[in-house]
Amino acid sequence: MTVALELRAVSKVYGTGAAEVHALRGVSLSVSGGELVAVMGPSGSGKSTLLTIAGSLEEPTSGQVLVAGTDLSGASLNDQAKLRRRLIGYVFQDFNLLAGLTAVENVTLPLELDGVGAKTARPAGMKALGELGVAEQADRFPDELSGGERQRVAIARAVMGDRQVLLADEPTGALDSVNGEAVMRLLRAACQRGVAGLVVTHDPQLAACTDRVVFLRDGQIIDQTRTPLGPESLLTPGPRP
Amino acid sequence: MSVRHALLALLSEGPKYGLQLQQEFEERTGEVWPLNVGQVYITLQRLERAGLVESDGQGGAGPQKKFTITQAGGAELEGWLRTPAGDVPPPRDELVIKVLISLRVPGADVHDIVQAHRRHVIELMQRYWHLKAEAAEDDVGLGLIADAELFRLEGIARWLDAADTRLRLHPAPDPASPAAAAAAPAPPVRRSRTEARR
Repeated sequence: MTVALELRAVSKVYGTGAAEVHALRGVSLSVSGGELVAVMGPSGSGKSTLLTIAGSLEEPTSGQVLVAGTDLSGASLNDQAKLRRRLIGYVFQDFNLLAGLTAVENVTLPLELDGVGAKTARPAGMKALGELGVAEQADRFPDELSGGERQRVAIARAVMGDRQVLLADEPTGALDSVNGEAVMRLLRAACQRGVAGLVVTHDPQLAACTDRVVFLRDGQIIDQTRTPLGPESLLTPGPRP
Repeated sequence: MSVRHALLALLSEGPKYGLQLQQEFEERTGEVWPLNVGQVYITLQRLERAGLVESDGQGGAGPQKKFTITQAGGAELEGWLRTPAGDVPPPRDELVIKVLISLRVPGADVHDIVQAHRRHVIELMQRYWHLKAEAAEDDVGLGLIADAELFRLEGIARWLDAADTRLRLHPAPDPASPAAAAAAPAPPVRRSRTEARR
């Protein structure tokens, strides 16, 4: 799999002088298409900054962010926004659906902003909703949907079109454990179709469903999980030291 | 509970007598784990044979012997603090003890130790999650077993997070520092368990 998202020695400093805060210190991280990576760390460790910089919503103070091999910071603001819409999908804890649009209109909005006509956009939106099991809710408004359904719509919106990167901030934070697990499975399935997924969380259950967990502390990556062993050996207790 | 490692941890603070070790052990485990002095001397003999401690006494195992941790003993202790407690599942109590003991070991970074265990727990959770994901959807039994382990391990991961945060807010003094030495218990005076509890 090719690297879809790459952070190269990314640092972010807010403020100056005595008020200077180093939110990220030389973070390097690659996520391949098809891979789902979690970033875990306590409050203030730099998780959210990492996500907004990875999504090109914010510029790093130093270092580079490559999305599908392209450094977005070199492009004009207008082109940056277009590339962001085309390449990167976002999922938030509070769903961020527009209340005045139906489920399918929310999903197709990024396509329509890029000039795709409603006739082409709607079937694509219906397909994405179908893959997430919420096709029947397509013409309902967000306040007519349950929390789990809203997050499915948000994921459908995030993986629409030829998105290469899926970024998620505590995507199961507002859901109960059963709906949370369903959302995790869908995120995983979306990534397995070739998208690079990066999710920030402090929820160990959400981290457990990913391929790799990166631990962030004081703006630096301090550790990461190794490739997990297969599950075969789990149900036969190992030797006790 | 590993008496050997608890004794090594106490000796990592400096040379001590057997009776002193027994008393400090009970004080620091909140007297939850009573330990008789015979057990202490037997364990010290084994540690000495293994080259993990050395004594200044000449033969016998009397109270006049003072024990010192060796370099090999220090390495053994450091390794034990970072070793996951049993492969599957790691008993939480042993983890709590490792973190508590690490606070008394000069030079041990409790946050590094917490992170070593956190990573191990998350890796285990990943394995259970994959077990569940790969099982047939109607295999309810397997799903329930995996869920039980996942929630138990989540509890441990959350405890490690809380411990990490608590120790950052209230760092334990380095046992090697003069301030910690001043706060250390006075030389051993044998007290009865009932007295000690008061």
